[in-house]
Amino acid sequence: MFRNQYDTDVTTWSPAGRLFQVEYAMEAVKQGSAAIGLRSKTHIILGCVNKANSELSSHQKKIFKVDDHIGVAIAGLTADGRVLSRYMRNECINYSFTYESPLPVGRLVVQLADKAQVCTQRSWKRPNGVGLLVAGLDESGAHLYYNCPSGNYFEYQAFAIGSRSQAAKTYLERRFENFADSSRDDLVKDALMAIRETLQGETLKSSTCTVAVVGAGEPFHILDQETVQQMIDAFEIVGEQEGSAAAAGQEAAQPGAAVADQGGSTDEGVAPMDI
Amino acid sequence: MPKQQANWSPYDNNGGSCVAVSGADYCVIAADTRMSTGYNILTRDYSKICKLADKCVMASSGFQADVKALQKHLAARHLVPLKIQIYQHQHNKQMSCPAMAQLLSNTLYYKRFFPYYSFNVLGGLDNEGKGCVFTYDAVGSYEKVGYSSQGSGSTLIMPFLDNQLKSPSPLLLPVQDAVTPLAEAEAVDLVKTVFASASERDIYTGDKLEIVVINADGIRREHMDLRKD
Repeated sequence: MFRNQYDTDVTTWSPAGRLFQVEYAMEAVKQGSAAIGLRSKTHIILGCVNKANSELSSHQKKIFKVDDHIGVAIAGLTADGRVLSRYMRNECINYSFTYESPLPVGRLVVQLADKAQVCTQRSWKRPNGVGLLVAGLDESGAHLYYNCPSGNYFEYQAFAIGSRSQAAKTYLERRFENFADSSRDDLVKDALMAIRETLQGETLKSSTCTVAVVGAGEPFHILDQETVQQMIDAFEIVGEQEGSAAAAGQEAAQPGAAVADQGGSTDEGVAPMDI
Repeated sequence: MPKQQANWSPYDNNGGSCVAVSGADYCVIAADTRMSTGYNILTRDYSKICKLADKCVMASSGFQADVKALQKHLAARHLVPLKIQIYQHQHNKQMSCPAMAQLLSNTLYYKRFFPYYSFNVLGGLDNEGKGCVFTYDAVGSYEKVGYSSQGSGSTLIMPFLDNQLKSPSPLLLPVQDAVTPLAEAEAVDLVKTVFASASERDIYTGDKLEIVVINADGIRREHMDLRKD
Protein backbone atom coordinates (compact mmCIF):
# COMPACT_ATOMS: atom_id res chain seq x y z
CA MET A 1 0.00 0.00 0.00
CA PHE A 2 1.32 3.40 -0.90
CA ARG A 3 0.38 6.90 0.14
CA ASN A 4 -2.27 8.50 -2.00
CA GLN A 5 -4.51 11.53 -1.97
CA TYR A 6 -7.48 9.68 -0.43
CA ASP A 7 -5.83 8.43 2.72
CA THR A 8 -5.70 11.53 4.91
CA ASP A 9 -9.15 11.20 6.48
CA VAL A 10 -11.06 8.18 7.61
CA THR A 11 -14.14 9.86 6.17
CA THR A 12 -12.75 10.09 2.65
CA TRP A 13 -13.62 7.41 0.13
CA SER A 14 -11.23 6.50 -2.64
CA PRO A 15 -12.64 6.26 -6.18
CA ALA A 16 -12.26 2.50 -5.92
CA GLY A 17 -14.59 2.48 -2.92
CA ARG A 18 -11.95 1.96 -0.24
CA LEU A 19 -11.39 3.65 3.09
CA PHE A 20 -7.63 3.73 3.32
CA GLN A 21 -7.39 4.80 6.95
CA VAL A 22 -9.37 1.73 7.94
CA GLU A 23 -7.07 -0.44 5.85
CA TYR A 24 -4.03 1.17 7.45
CA ALA A 25 -5.56 0.34 10.84
CA MET A 26 -5.70 -3.31 9.78
CA GLU A 27 -2.01 -3.02 8.87
CA ALA A 28 -1.32 -2.01 12.47
CA VAL A 29 -2.81 -5.33 13.53
CA LYS A 30 -0.43 -7.17 11.22
CA GLN A 31 2.51 -5.41 12.86
CA GLY A 32 1.67 -6.58 16.36
CA SER A 33 3.10 -9.79 17.76
CA ALA A 34 1.13 -12.91 17.01
CA ALA A 35 -2.00 -14.10 18.76
CA ILE A 36 -3.80 -17.35 17.98
CA GLY A 37 -7.05 -18.95 18.98
CA LEU A 38 -8.62 -22.35 18.43
CA ARG A 39 -11.66 -24.17 19.72
CA SER A 40 -13.32 -27.51 20.15
CA LYS A 41 -16.94 -28.11 21.05
CA THR A 42 -16.22 -27.52 24.73
CA HIS A 43 -13.02 -25.52 25.07
CA ILE A 44 -11.33 -22.52 23.54
CA ILE A 45 -7.63 -21.81 23.78
CA LEU A 46 -5.97 -18.44 23.25
CA GLY A 47 -2.26 -18.05 22.86
CA CYS A 48 0.11 -15.22 22.14
CA VAL A 49 3.76 -14.48 21.67
CA ASN A 50 5.28 -12.30 24.35
CA LYS A 51 7.19 -9.34 23.09
CA ALA A 52 9.24 -7.17 25.38
CA ASN A 53 10.77 -3.84 24.44
CA SER A 54 14.09 -4.85 25.85
CA GLU A 55 15.51 -7.51 28.07
CA LEU A 56 15.09 -5.16 31.01
CA SER A 57 11.35 -4.63 30.61
CA SER A 58 8.44 -6.94 31.23
CA HIS A 59 6.41 -8.13 28.30
CA GLN A 60 3.14 -6.54 27.25
CA LYS A 61 -0.11 -8.03 28.41
CA LYS A 62 -1.99 -9.30 25.39
CA ILE A 63 -4.51 -11.68 26.89
CA PHE A 64 -7.24 -10.30 29.12
CA LYS A 65 -9.93 -11.94 31.17
CA VAL A 66 -13.22 -10.27 30.38
CA ASP A 67 -15.49 -12.44 32.50
CA ASP A 68 -15.47 -15.96 33.83
CA HIS A 69 -16.69 -17.21 30.48
CA ILE A 70 -15.02 -14.78 28.06
CA GLY A 71 -11.43 -13.84 27.36
CA VAL A 72 -9.69 -11.87 24.64
CA ALA A 73 -6.30 -11.92 22.96
CA ILE A 74 -5.18 -8.83 21.07
CA ALA A 75 -2.68 -7.91 18.40
CA GLY A 76 -1.73 -4.42 17.36
CA LEU A 77 -1.87 -1.27 19.46
CA THR A 78 -2.09 -2.84 22.89
CA ALA A 79 -3.23 0.45 24.43
CA ASP A 80 -6.36 0.38 22.28
CA GLY A 81 -6.79 -3.26 23.24
CA ARG A 82 -6.61 -2.48 26.93
CA VAL A 83 -9.29 0.19 26.64
CA LEU A 84 -11.54 -2.15 24.66
CA SER A 85 -11.07 -4.89 27.26
CA ARG A 86 -12.24 -2.51 29.94
CA TYR A 87 -15.31 -1.74 27.84
CA MET A 88 -15.98 -5.46 27.41
CA ARG A 89 -15.64 -6.09 31.14
CA ASN A 90 -18.08 -3.32 31.91
CA GLU A 91 -20.60 -4.66 29.45
CA CYS A 92 -20.35 -8.13 31.00
CA ILE A 93 -20.78 -6.78 34.52
CA ASN A 94 -23.78 -4.66 33.55
CA TYR A 95 -25.46 -7.52 31.72
CA SER A 96 -24.84 -9.87 34.67
CA PHE A 97 -26.25 -7.32 37.05
CA THR A 98 -29.45 -6.81 35.08
CA TYR A 99 -30.13 -10.35 33.85
CA GLU A 100 -28.24 -12.41 36.47
CA SER A 101 -26.75 -14.51 33.69
CA PRO A 102 -23.56 -14.35 31.64
CA LEU A 103 -23.45 -12.16 28.55
CA PRO A 104 -23.74 -14.27 25.39
CA VAL A 105 -20.52 -13.98 23.38
CA GLY A 106 -22.32 -13.27 20.13
CA ARG A 107 -23.89 -10.14 21.62
CA LEU A 108 -20.61 -8.85 22.98
CA VAL A 109 -18.83 -9.10 19.64
CA VAL A 110 -21.65 -7.28 17.88
CA GLN A 111 -21.43 -4.48 20.42
CA LEU A 112 -17.68 -4.34 19.89
CA ALA A 113 -18.09 -4.31 16.14
CA ASP A 114 -20.64 -1.49 16.29
CA LYS A 115 -18.28 0.47 18.49
CA ALA A 116 -15.52 -0.04 15.93
CA GLN A 117 -17.77 1.02 13.07
CA VAL A 118 -18.43 4.36 14.74
CA CYS A 119 -14.75 5.16 14.51
CA THR A 120 -14.83 4.60 10.77
CA GLN A 121 -17.51 7.19 10.22
CA ARG A 122 -16.45 10.17 12.35
CA SER A 123 -13.89 12.68 11.19
CA TRP A 124 -12.74 13.37 14.76
CA LYS A 125 -12.06 9.73 15.59
CA ARG A 126 -9.66 7.12 14.34
CA PRO A 127 -10.22 3.39 13.97
CA ASN A 128 -8.83 1.15 16.74
CA GLY A 129 -5.50 -0.25 15.72
CA VAL A 130 -6.11 -3.58 17.36
CA GLY A 131 -7.49 -6.94 16.29
CA LEU A 132 -9.33 -8.94 18.94
CA LEU A 133 -9.67 -12.68 19.21
CA VAL A 134 -12.66 -13.11 21.49
CA ALA A 135 -13.03 -16.54 23.06
CA GLY A 136 -16.16 -17.36 24.99
CA LEU A 137 -18.41 -20.11 26.18
CA ASP A 138 -22.14 -19.57 26.49
CA GLU A 139 -25.37 -21.54 26.26
CA SER A 140 -24.95 -22.02 22.54
CA GLY A 141 -21.50 -23.55 22.91
CA ALA A 142 -17.88 -22.59 22.46
CA HIS A 143 -17.12 -19.61 20.23
CA LEU A 144 -14.08 -17.89 18.79
CA TYR A 145 -14.57 -14.56 17.04
CA TYR A 146 -12.21 -12.15 15.35
CA ASN A 147 -13.04 -8.44 15.61
CA CYS A 148 -11.45 -6.16 13.01
CA PRO A 149 -10.70 -2.45 13.26
CA SER A 150 -13.05 -2.10 10.30
CA GLY A 151 -16.05 -3.09 12.40
CA ASN A 152 -16.35 -6.54 10.85
CA TYR A 153 -16.40 -9.67 12.89
CA PHE A 154 -16.15 -13.31 11.93
CA GLU A 155 -16.51 -16.58 13.75
CA TYR A 156 -13.68 -19.07 13.45
CA GLN A 157 -12.77 -22.62 14.33
CA ALA A 158 -9.18 -21.44 14.60
CA PHE A 159 -7.38 -18.26 13.65
CA ALA A 160 -4.14 -16.35 13.99
CA ILE A 161 -3.41 -12.63 13.77
CA GLY A 162 -0.36 -10.44 13.99
CA SER A 163 3.12 -10.75 12.56
CA ARG A 164 4.10 -14.08 11.01
CA SER A 165 0.58 -15.32 11.66
CA GLN A 166 0.47 -16.89 8.20
CA ALA A 167 2.74 -19.67 9.41
CA ALA A 168 0.39 -20.40 12.28
CA LYS A 169 -2.63 -20.22 9.99
CA THR A 170 -1.06 -22.77 7.66
CA TYR A 171 -0.51 -25.11 10.59
CA LEU A 172 -4.06 -24.58 11.82
CA GLU A 173 -5.52 -25.10 8.37
CA ARG A 174 -3.87 -28.47 8.22
CA ARG A 175 -5.22 -29.53 11.60
CA PHE A 176 -8.51 -27.70 12.22
CA GLU A 177 -10.81 -30.50 11.13
CA ASN A 178 -9.72 -32.47 14.18
CA PHE A 179 -10.26 -29.68 16.66
CA ALA A 180 -14.00 -30.05 17.23
CA ASP A 181 -13.51 -33.34 19.06
CA SER A 182 -10.06 -32.71 20.50
CA SER A 183 -9.46 -33.02 24.19
CA ARG A 184 -8.51 -29.93 26.15
CA ASP A 185 -4.89 -30.96 26.46
CA ASP A 186 -4.58 -31.74 22.76
CA LEU A 187 -5.97 -28.32 21.99
CA VAL A 188 -3.37 -26.66 24.21
CA LYS A 189 -0.66 -28.65 22.46
CA ASP A 190 -1.95 -27.55 19.08
CA ALA A 191 -2.00 -23.95 20.31
CA LEU A 192 1.62 -24.19 21.42
CA MET A 193 2.60 -25.74 18.09
CA ALA A 194 0.85 -22.94 16.25
CA ILE A 195 2.67 -20.36 18.36
CA ARG A 196 5.91 -22.11 17.62
CA GLU A 197 5.26 -21.76 13.90
CA THR A 198 5.17 -17.99 14.28
CA LEU A 199 8.47 -17.97 16.11
CA GLN A 200 10.25 -19.12 12.95
CA GLY A 201 13.13 -20.97 14.49
CA GLU A 202 13.28 -19.32 17.89
CA THR A 203 12.88 -21.85 20.67
CA LEU A 204 9.49 -22.09 22.21
CA LYS A 205 9.76 -21.39 25.94
CA SER A 206 7.08 -20.61 28.48
CA SER A 207 8.65 -17.19 28.95
CA THR A 208 8.06 -16.24 25.33
CA CYS A 209 4.42 -17.24 25.13
CA THR A 210 1.19 -17.00 27.09
CA VAL A 211 -1.67 -19.49 26.92
CA ALA A 212 -5.20 -19.11 28.28
CA VAL A 213 -8.07 -21.58 28.48
CA VAL A 214 -11.83 -21.31 28.83
CA GLY A 215 -14.19 -24.23 28.66
CA ALA A 216 -17.04 -26.24 30.08
CA GLY A 217 -16.61 -26.20 33.86
CA GLU A 218 -13.41 -24.20 33.53
CA PRO A 219 -13.59 -20.42 33.93
CA PHE A 220 -11.27 -18.32 31.83
CA HIS A 221 -7.77 -18.30 33.20
CA ILE A 222 -4.22 -17.87 32.00
CA LEU A 223 -2.05 -20.94 32.45
CA ASP A 224 0.93 -20.38 34.69
CA GLN A 225 4.45 -20.63 33.32
CA GLU A 226 5.27 -23.97 34.93
CA THR A 227 2.29 -25.74 33.41
CA VAL A 228 3.07 -24.31 30.00
CA GLN A 229 6.73 -25.29 30.23
CA GLN A 230 5.75 -28.82 31.21
CA MET A 231 3.51 -29.13 28.17
CA ILE A 232 6.23 -27.76 25.92
CA ASP A 233 8.73 -30.23 27.31
CA ALA A 234 6.25 -33.07 26.91
CA PHE A 235 5.76 -32.62 23.21
CA GLU A 236 9.14 -31.24 22.23
CA ILE A 237 10.43 -34.79 22.04
CA VAL A 238 7.49 -35.79 19.87
CA GLY A 239 7.79 -32.51 17.99
CA GLU A 240 11.36 -33.35 17.02
CA GLN A 241 10.19 -36.48 15.24
CA GLU A 242 7.21 -34.68 13.73
CA GLY A 243 9.49 -31.90 12.59
CA SER A 244 11.76 -34.13 10.58
CA ALA A 245 8.89 -36.21 9.22
CA ALA A 246 6.86 -33.24 7.99
CA ALA A 247 6.96 -32.49 4.28
CA ALA A 248 7.46 -28.73 4.69
CA GLY A 249 10.96 -27.44 4.15
CA GLN A 250 13.01 -25.12 6.32
CA GLU A 251 10.29 -24.07 8.79
CA ALA A 252 9.69 -27.55 10.11
CA ALA A 253 13.35 -28.56 10.21
CA GLN A 254 14.52 -25.47 12.05
CA PRO A 255 12.45 -25.92 15.21
CA GLY A 256 13.57 -29.55 15.23
CA ALA A 257 17.22 -28.55 15.03
CA ALA A 258 16.79 -25.90 17.69
CA VAL A 259 15.21 -28.44 20.02
CA ALA A 260 18.12 -30.82 19.53
CA ASP A 261 20.52 -28.06 20.52
CA GLN A 262 18.57 -27.30 23.69
CA GLY A 263 18.90 -30.91 24.71
CA GLY A 264 15.57 -30.80 26.51
CA SER A 265 16.82 -28.60 29.34
CA THR A 266 14.21 -26.65 31.26
CA ASP A 267 16.41 -23.58 31.30
CA GLU A 268 14.08 -20.60 30.96
CA GLY A 269 16.77 -18.54 29.30
CA VAL A 270 17.12 -14.82 29.88
CA ALA A 271 13.49 -14.24 30.69
CA PRO A 272 12.29 -10.66 30.62
CA MET A 273 11.36 -9.30 34.04
CA ASP A 274 8.24 -11.11 35.15
CA ILE A 275 5.42 -9.36 36.93
CA MET B 1 -59.21 18.58 57.20
CA PRO B 2 -56.52 17.22 59.50
CA LYS B 3 -53.10 16.74 57.95
CA GLN B 4 -52.80 13.42 56.16
CA GLN B 5 -49.80 11.25 56.77
CA ALA B 6 -48.17 9.00 54.25
CA ASN B 7 -49.28 5.45 54.81
CA TRP B 8 -47.03 3.81 52.28
CA SER B 9 -43.50 2.93 53.31
CA PRO B 10 -40.78 1.91 50.88
CA TYR B 11 -39.40 -0.38 53.57
CA ASP B 12 -40.53 -3.60 55.18
CA ASN B 13 -38.86 -5.79 57.77
CA ASN B 14 -38.48 -9.44 56.85
CA GLY B 15 -37.12 -10.39 60.25
CA GLY B 16 -34.51 -12.99 61.07
CA SER B 17 -31.22 -12.96 62.92
CA CYS B 18 -27.56 -13.11 61.95
CA VAL B 19 -24.51 -13.93 64.01
CA ALA B 20 -20.79 -14.00 63.36
CA VAL B 21 -18.02 -15.24 65.66
CA SER B 22 -14.31 -15.14 64.88
CA GLY B 23 -11.38 -17.09 66.24
CA ALA B 24 -7.63 -17.26 65.77
CA ASP B 25 -7.82 -19.01 62.41
CA TYR B 26 -11.52 -19.37 61.56
CA CYS B 27 -14.74 -17.43 61.31
CA VAL B 28 -18.29 -18.69 61.79
CA ILE B 29 -21.18 -16.84 60.18
CA ALA B 30 -24.73 -17.98 60.72
CA ALA B 31 -28.26 -16.83 59.96
CA ASP B 32 -31.70 -18.36 60.19
CA THR B 33 -33.64 -19.01 56.99
CA ARG B 34 -37.04 -17.64 57.90
CA MET B 35 -38.41 -14.74 55.88
CA SER B 36 -41.52 -13.06 57.29
CA THR B 37 -43.64 -9.95 56.92
CA GLY B 38 -45.79 -8.71 59.77
CA TYR B 39 -47.09 -11.81 61.55
CA ASN B 40 -46.88 -13.98 58.43
CA ILE B 41 -44.17 -16.25 57.15
CA LEU B 42 -43.22 -15.76 53.49
CA THR B 43 -40.84 -18.69 53.29
CA ARG B 44 -38.94 -21.02 55.62
CA ASP B 45 -35.99 -21.46 53.29
CA TYR B 46 -34.38 -18.16 52.33
CA SER B 47 -30.64 -17.63 52.65
CA LYS B 48 -29.46 -14.38 54.22
CA ILE B 49 -25.83 -15.25 53.64
CA CYS B 50 -23.83 -14.11 50.61
CA LYS B 51 -20.27 -14.91 49.60
CA LEU B 52 -18.50 -11.73 48.57
CA ALA B 53 -14.96 -13.02 48.02
CA ASP B 54 -12.82 -16.07 48.50
CA LYS B 55 -12.63 -15.73 52.26
CA CYS B 56 -15.29 -13.14 52.96
CA VAL B 57 -18.96 -13.75 53.68
CA MET B 58 -21.77 -11.38 54.58
CA ALA B 59 -24.98 -12.09 56.47
CA SER B 60 -27.72 -9.47 56.41
CA SER B 61 -31.08 -9.13 58.09
CA GLY B 62 -33.69 -6.45 57.59
CA PHE B 63 -35.50 -5.73 54.33
CA GLN B 64 -34.48 -8.54 51.98
CA ALA B 65 -35.20 -6.63 48.78
CA ASP B 66 -32.64 -4.04 49.87
CA VAL B 67 -30.30 -6.82 50.97
CA LYS B 68 -30.52 -8.43 47.54
CA ALA B 69 -29.88 -5.11 45.80
CA LEU B 70 -26.92 -4.45 48.10
CA GLN B 71 -25.45 -7.89 47.38
CA LYS B 72 -25.77 -7.32 43.61
CA HIS B 73 -24.10 -3.93 43.89
CA LEU B 74 -21.25 -5.34 45.90
CA ALA B 75 -20.77 -8.21 43.48
CA ALA B 76 -20.58 -5.79 40.57
CA ARG B 77 -18.43 -3.18 42.32
CA HIS B 78 -16.19 -5.85 43.67
CA LEU B 79 -15.67 -6.91 40.11
CA VAL B 80 -15.08 -3.52 38.55
CA PRO B 81 -11.92 -2.62 40.43
CA LEU B 82 -10.99 -6.26 40.45
CA LYS B 83 -11.13 -6.55 36.71
CA ILE B 84 -9.42 -3.29 35.92
CA GLN B 85 -6.46 -4.45 37.90
CA ILE B 86 -7.12 -8.09 37.16
CA TYR B 87 -3.46 -8.98 36.87
CA GLN B 88 -2.69 -7.65 40.31
CA HIS B 89 -5.61 -9.47 41.79
CA GLN B 90 -4.82 -12.69 40.01
CA HIS B 91 -1.63 -12.84 41.97
CA ASN B 92 -2.91 -11.47 45.22
CA LYS B 93 -5.98 -13.71 45.09
CA GLN B 94 -9.25 -11.91 45.81
CA MET B 95 -10.08 -8.83 47.86
CA SER B 96 -9.22 -9.28 51.51
CA CYS B 97 -11.91 -9.12 54.19
CA PRO B 98 -10.81 -5.75 55.64
CA ALA B 99 -10.81 -4.25 52.15
CA MET B 100 -14.27 -5.64 51.51
CA ALA B 101 -15.36 -4.21 54.88
CA GLN B 102 -14.42 -0.72 53.77
CA LEU B 103 -16.12 -1.25 50.41
CA LEU B 104 -19.33 -2.30 52.15
CA SER B 105 -19.20 0.73 54.40
CA ASN B 106 -18.75 3.08 51.45
CA THR B 107 -21.50 1.37 49.48
CA LEU B 108 -23.90 1.78 52.38
CA TYR B 109 -23.03 5.43 52.99
CA TYR B 110 -23.54 6.19 49.30
CA LYS B 111 -27.24 5.82 50.10
CA ARG B 112 -27.09 7.86 53.29
CA PHE B 113 -30.31 9.72 52.44
CA PHE B 114 -32.33 6.72 51.26
CA PRO B 115 -30.59 3.87 53.04
CA TYR B 116 -30.46 0.17 52.39
CA TYR B 117 -32.60 -1.23 55.20
CA SER B 118 -29.99 -3.87 55.77
CA PHE B 119 -28.26 -4.82 59.01
CA ASN B 120 -25.05 -6.59 58.14
CA VAL B 121 -22.33 -8.65 59.67
CA LEU B 122 -19.27 -9.38 57.60
CA GLY B 123 -17.05 -12.33 58.48
CA GLY B 124 -13.93 -13.83 57.06
CA LEU B 125 -10.18 -14.15 57.28
CA ASP B 126 -7.83 -11.21 57.02
CA ASN B 127 -4.60 -11.21 55.03
CA GLU B 128 -2.79 -13.12 57.75
CA GLY B 129 -5.44 -15.80 58.05
CA LYS B 130 -6.86 -14.59 61.34
CA GLY B 131 -10.63 -14.56 61.74
CA CYS B 132 -12.34 -11.18 61.66
CA VAL B 133 -15.89 -9.95 62.07
CA PHE B 134 -17.19 -6.52 61.10
CA THR B 135 -20.54 -5.24 62.26
CA TYR B 136 -22.54 -2.48 60.56
CA ASP B 137 -25.50 -0.21 60.95
CA ALA B 138 -27.79 0.65 58.04
CA VAL B 139 -25.70 3.58 56.80
CA GLY B 140 -22.25 2.07 56.93
CA SER B 141 -20.83 2.82 60.35
CA TYR B 142 -18.66 -0.21 61.10
CA GLU B 143 -16.30 -1.69 63.59
CA LYS B 144 -14.05 -4.71 63.76
CA VAL B 145 -15.13 -6.96 66.60
CA GLY B 146 -14.62 -10.50 67.81
CA TYR B 147 -18.30 -11.42 67.53
CA SER B 148 -21.58 -9.76 66.66
CA SER B 149 -25.27 -10.30 66.01
CA GLN B 150 -27.89 -8.35 64.05
CA GLY B 151 -31.58 -8.67 63.35
CA SER B 152 -34.76 -9.31 65.26
CA GLY B 153 -33.14 -11.78 67.64
CA SER B 154 -30.02 -9.74 68.34
CA THR B 155 -31.42 -8.30 71.59
CA LEU B 156 -31.70 -11.87 72.87
CA ILE B 157 -28.46 -13.15 71.32
CA MET B 158 -26.00 -10.35 72.02
CA PRO B 159 -26.14 -10.45 75.82
CA PHE B 160 -25.55 -14.18 75.73
CA LEU B 161 -22.53 -13.79 73.43
CA ASP B 162 -21.19 -11.06 75.70
CA ASN B 163 -21.52 -13.40 78.65
CA GLN B 164 -19.62 -16.18 76.89
CA LEU B 165 -17.10 -14.35 74.75
CA LYS B 166 -16.42 -10.89 76.10
CA SER B 167 -13.07 -10.51 77.80
CA PRO B 168 -13.30 -9.05 81.28
CA SER B 169 -11.97 -5.54 81.66
CA PRO B 170 -8.22 -5.50 82.41
CA LEU B 171 -8.90 -2.70 84.93
CA LEU B 172 -10.97 -4.91 87.21
CA LEU B 173 -9.50 -6.45 90.35
CA PRO B 174 -8.76 -9.25 90.97
CA VAL B 175 -7.02 -9.60 87.62
CA GLN B 176 -8.89 -12.15 85.54
CA ASP B 177 -7.59 -14.11 82.58
CA ALA B 178 -9.04 -13.13 79.27
CA VAL B 179 -11.52 -15.71 78.07
CA THR B 180 -9.59 -18.50 76.34
CA PRO B 181 -10.26 -18.26 72.63
CA LEU B 182 -12.72 -20.85 71.40
CA ALA B 183 -11.85 -23.70 69.12
CA GLU B 184 -13.74 -23.87 65.85
CA ALA B 185 -16.00 -26.74 66.91
CA GLU B 186 -16.86 -24.96 70.16
CA ALA B 187 -17.74 -21.80 68.29
CA VAL B 188 -20.07 -23.70 65.96
CA ASP B 189 -21.75 -25.31 68.99
CA LEU B 190 -22.12 -21.94 70.64
CA VAL B 191 -23.80 -20.53 67.54
CA LYS B 192 -26.23 -23.46 67.39
CA THR B 193 -27.10 -22.99 71.07
CA VAL B 194 -27.60 -19.29 70.57
CA PHE B 195 -30.05 -19.75 67.71
CA ALA B 196 -31.94 -22.51 69.45
CA SER B 197 -32.48 -20.15 72.38
CA ALA B 198 -33.39 -17.17 70.22
CA SER B 199 -35.97 -19.25 68.31
CA GLU B 200 -37.77 -19.95 71.61
CA ARG B 201 -38.68 -16.33 72.26
CA ASP B 202 -38.26 -14.40 69.01
CA ILE B 203 -41.17 -15.12 66.68
CA TYR B 204 -39.24 -13.98 63.64
CA THR B 205 -36.36 -16.40 64.14
CA GLY B 206 -36.64 -20.10 63.42
CA ASP B 207 -37.20 -22.81 60.77
CA LYS B 208 -33.62 -23.60 59.82
CA LEU B 209 -30.15 -22.38 60.66
CA GLU B 210 -27.54 -21.92 57.96
CA ILE B 211 -23.94 -21.92 59.22
CA VAL B 212 -20.90 -21.01 57.15
CA VAL B 213 -17.42 -21.73 58.50
CA ILE B 214 -14.37 -20.11 56.89
CA ASN B 215 -10.90 -21.36 57.65
CA ALA B 216 -7.59 -21.98 55.96
CA ASP B 217 -9.04 -25.03 54.17
CA GLY B 218 -11.82 -23.03 52.60
CA ILE B 219 -15.51 -22.54 53.18
CA ARG B 220 -17.87 -25.16 54.57
CA ARG B 221 -21.62 -25.06 55.14
CA GLU B 222 -23.80 -26.70 57.76
CA HIS B 223 -27.51 -26.75 58.43
CA MET B 224 -29.54 -27.28 61.54
CA ASP B 225 -33.27 -27.40 62.08
CA LEU B 226 -34.87 -24.85 64.38
CA ARG B 227 -38.36 -24.53 65.83
CA LYS B 228 -40.97 -23.95 63.16
CA ASP B 229 -43.44 -22.03 65.30
